[in-house]
Parts: sequence; structure tokens; C-alpha cells
Amino acid sequence: MSKVPSDLKYTDTHEWIRFEDDGSVTVGITDHAQEALGDIVFLELPEAGRKLADKESCAVVESVKAASDVYAPLAGEVIAANQAAIDAPESVNADAYAAWLFKLRPAADVGTAALLDAAAYQSTLAEE
Amino acid sequence: MSDTASIPVSAPSLHTPFHDAHLAAGARMVDFAGWHMPVNYGSQIDEHHAVRRDAGMFDVSHMLALDLVGFDSTVWLRALLANDVARLARANVPGKALYSCMLREDGGVIDDLIVYRFDDEHYRIVVNAGTAAKDVAWMRKHIASRGFNVSLTERRDLAMLAVQGPKAREKTWLALPELKTGSETLPPFSGVQIGDFFIGRTGYTGEDGFELTLPAARATALWQALINAGVKPCGLGARDTLRLEAGMNLYGQDMDETVSPLDSGLAWTVDFSDPARTFSGRAALEAHPAAHVLLGIVLEERGVLRAHMPVLTAIGAGETTSGSFSPTLEKSIAFARLPLNTQAGEKVEVEIRGKRLPARTVKLPFVRHGKVLA
Repeated sequence: MSKVPSDLKYTDTHEWIRFEDDGSVTVGITDHAQEALGDIVFLELPEAGRKLADKESCAVVESVKAASDVYAPLAGEVIAANQAAIDAPESVNADAYAAWLFKLRPAADVGTAALLDAAAYQSTLAEE
Repeated sequence: MSDTASIPVSAPSLHTPFHDAHLAAGARMVDFAGWHMPVNYGSQIDEHHAVRRDAGMFDVSHMLALDLVGFDSTVWLRALLANDVARLARANVPGKALYSCMLREDGGVIDDLIVYRFDDEHYRIVVNAGTAAKDVAWMRKHIASRGFNVSLTERRDLAMLAVQGPKAREKTWLALPELKTGSETLPPFSGVQIGDFFIGRTGYTGEDGFELTLPAARATALWQALINAGVKPCGLGARDTLRLEAGMNLYGQDMDETVSPLDSGLAWTVDFSDPARTFSGRAALEAHPAAHVLLGIVLEERGVLRAHMPVLTAIGAGETTSGSFSPTLEKSIAFARLPLNTQAGEKVEVEIRGKRLPARTVKLPFVRHGKVLA
């Protein structure tokens, strides 16, 4: 049974989102996603300064068996990519909520209504 | 996030005699060639290392064993297969095995297979799961077309398990002491029947080990005995990275009906030495010599090579046919079909998602018996 922390938001494409006190958001992939992918060996993350549209394909997580796209959960500008995760991709398998992928500054008019809470995300997993 | 290269799970699929054992071992199951098979149990990389360093086991019961019996068995196989079973009689080792392609008349590869020879009238053939139905249809048509006196029996009543790794034989004997005397001196690439068990010293990993064929009813007990002996269950994921490191082709990826074995690194398996042997596909291969070479590629930067990535060499372009992350090299590796005169040791570039990354060509295999060769 994969972990779905209650203090995070989610997408139906298996990203997690944390709203930080400074107005930025931190993005990663969920425990369910890392488990489905298996051993992760490579991350291609967006560079700081890149502007992303909502749901834009912006990163790639590669396991031994498959490559998966990661989508921007909100429109915004990338302010950091997690170099520690790039250097140790297996850290995403070890703890998918600690090994974040990138941080965004959301666009001014961005809506968050489409994001799922933990219960709603959990129910999408039950349907799979 | 979404998978772009994963294998979809669809029901209903066939179950092997080890199916319940896979579920009990916590396997992640996928549909593979119509069979519900384990892709990994925990970490696929740990499973890979277990086979390189110790012992792992793979359910290969989805593959099809066929028994060939009859006066014309040898004559028929010499007409059917690109490799020459006459080598087996010359080897003078009972149960000697041969790897071969089975070709269409136009030289395309119908399947690759293993054939074990017991004597000139008794053989065991093992073919791939995904091609089993068309293989059997092709074989039966070939038999009927010239009235060969042979009978071919599909052995779906059998279970097959590969036990692979430097400790594989020792741990198999620990689990099944009654097999030790009869299989201790079994030479590599041969097999022997001991009671209900057929034991082949063959595999698809580049390590020593056995492939065990046994009545389906005994599968669960064998699995448990091997677990107790410390053999690690391994899924299709590790099987793929092991065979890739070992330089072994995968049907459907590295060759298929649209390509010649001569363009797929398999010229060593095509035997033209007897001019009188007119095997299926021979005329086409003689009319169309190799146009490509299949080489290994090692990526020099971070990233993961997959099938069908463009490869740029000094003398032209080619493409990868299989690729993954190599747990032994801790780098990404691939097979690539490249212009004929490309050599090992050349610098090339591979295009991954629009970016060109540096790589080098190497001779296959990348790894053999636990040692990195690339």
C-alpha cells in the first residue's frame, strides 16, 4: 500500500505538490509512482528560469524498465531543480516525498482548484 | 507523470505453474506475450546483482518446449534451421544444444530457438512464448510440404525454471540432491534427462546455471526448495538487463521477420558450410549479404538508452535495437544496428529526446561470468 501524506496536494498523473510559506510550490512524484516505475536511475529536470504552462511535460524520470514524463501541476516559473536527486536518483525510490524534483513560483492568476487532496488522490489509485 | 514505455496489464492472460508462487513472493505482475508474468519482486537491480554474484531463478514456463521424434528428425531440422544440427552429432556430447534462427524463405527471422539432440531421431526444441503459435504452424506446414516422417508434440504439460548465477548449480543440488550425480559433469550448453527432470546447462544471462524442465505438478515444491536453498526470485525486468549485458538478442526487438540474421549480429548462427544443405532462407541470405553490423554502445553521459534511438557514426546513421541501464557497468548500454564497416571502439552520438549525447561502440558481450568486458 503506497503512502499518501495528508498535507500535500496531488495530480491524477501522480505528481505531489507542497505549498510553501514563501509562496513557492515544491513538486515531486508520488510513492505510488516510484513503486510502479521500479528502480529509478536517471532524472532530467527543468532548469531554473524555465516558464511552464499548466500540465506541460517538463521532466523525465527513468527507471531501469521505463521512461516517464512529469507534468507541471500548475503554470509558473521554475526556481530550482533538486541536484541531490539528480546525483542520486535512487533517493526517489527510498522516499518519494523527501526527494523533491523541482520548485516553481506559480503564475499570478494560477488556479489550484483542479489539484486533488489526499483522499481524492487515494481514490484514483483504488480505481487503477 | 505517465508511463511512456511500460507494458499494459490486460486480462485474461495465461498462468504458468509458478503463478501462485509469484503472487506469494509479492511480484509485480504484467501481461507478457499473453502470460501473466512477474516483472520484479522488489528491486530489479538487486535481482540482477543476485544472478551476477550468487543465484537467481526465473519462471520461463511461458516458453514452449516441443518434442521431436521420428526417422527424418535430423533431415528435417537441417532443412528448417539456419544453424546445422549436424554439428550436434559431431560434438559427440549427449544432449548437446544448438542455438539457431528459423527463417522465412526471404531470410526474415521467424524466431530464435534452442534445440537439444538426444539422438538422430529425438530432439527437444524450446521456442519463445510470443511466437510459439506461429512457430508451430510454420513447422507443421514445413513437415507436411515434403512429407517428413517426424512427429512434433507441444509440451504445455511442463514447467520451466531457469536457475542462474555462479552459485546456481550448487544451490540447485542443495535443493534437489537427487539430481547432483547425474548433472555434476554436464558440459555447458547441453542437457540431460534425470527422472522427471530435464536439466539443461543453458541460460539467458551470461552466467553459469541450469534450465530445469519438469512436470507442472512439481513446480511449486521445486520453487520452495530453491527459495530454502537461498535462490532469489527474479522477474522479466532483471532477465532483460542480464541478457542485454550478456550480448544476447531478444526476438521482436533485435531481430524479427523484417530483418536478416546477418544484419542482427547472428551470422555466427547461420551455417553455410555444407553446400548441399538448402535450409529455409538460405537463397535469400546468399543473395543479400550483411549490410549492417550489430554492436554494443556504452553511453558516456547520464541518461538511459532505449530501443529505436538514432545513432550517428562517422560513416552513417543507425539505431539502437535494445537499451537499458546496466546495473553491472552502472551506465546505460544498448545494442545498435550500424553501417557495416563500423568498428568497436569508435566514438558515436546517440540522439535522446532531441539531444545528442556521446557514446562509444564496443564488442559484445558487455559482461560475461560476472566480469565487465566492455
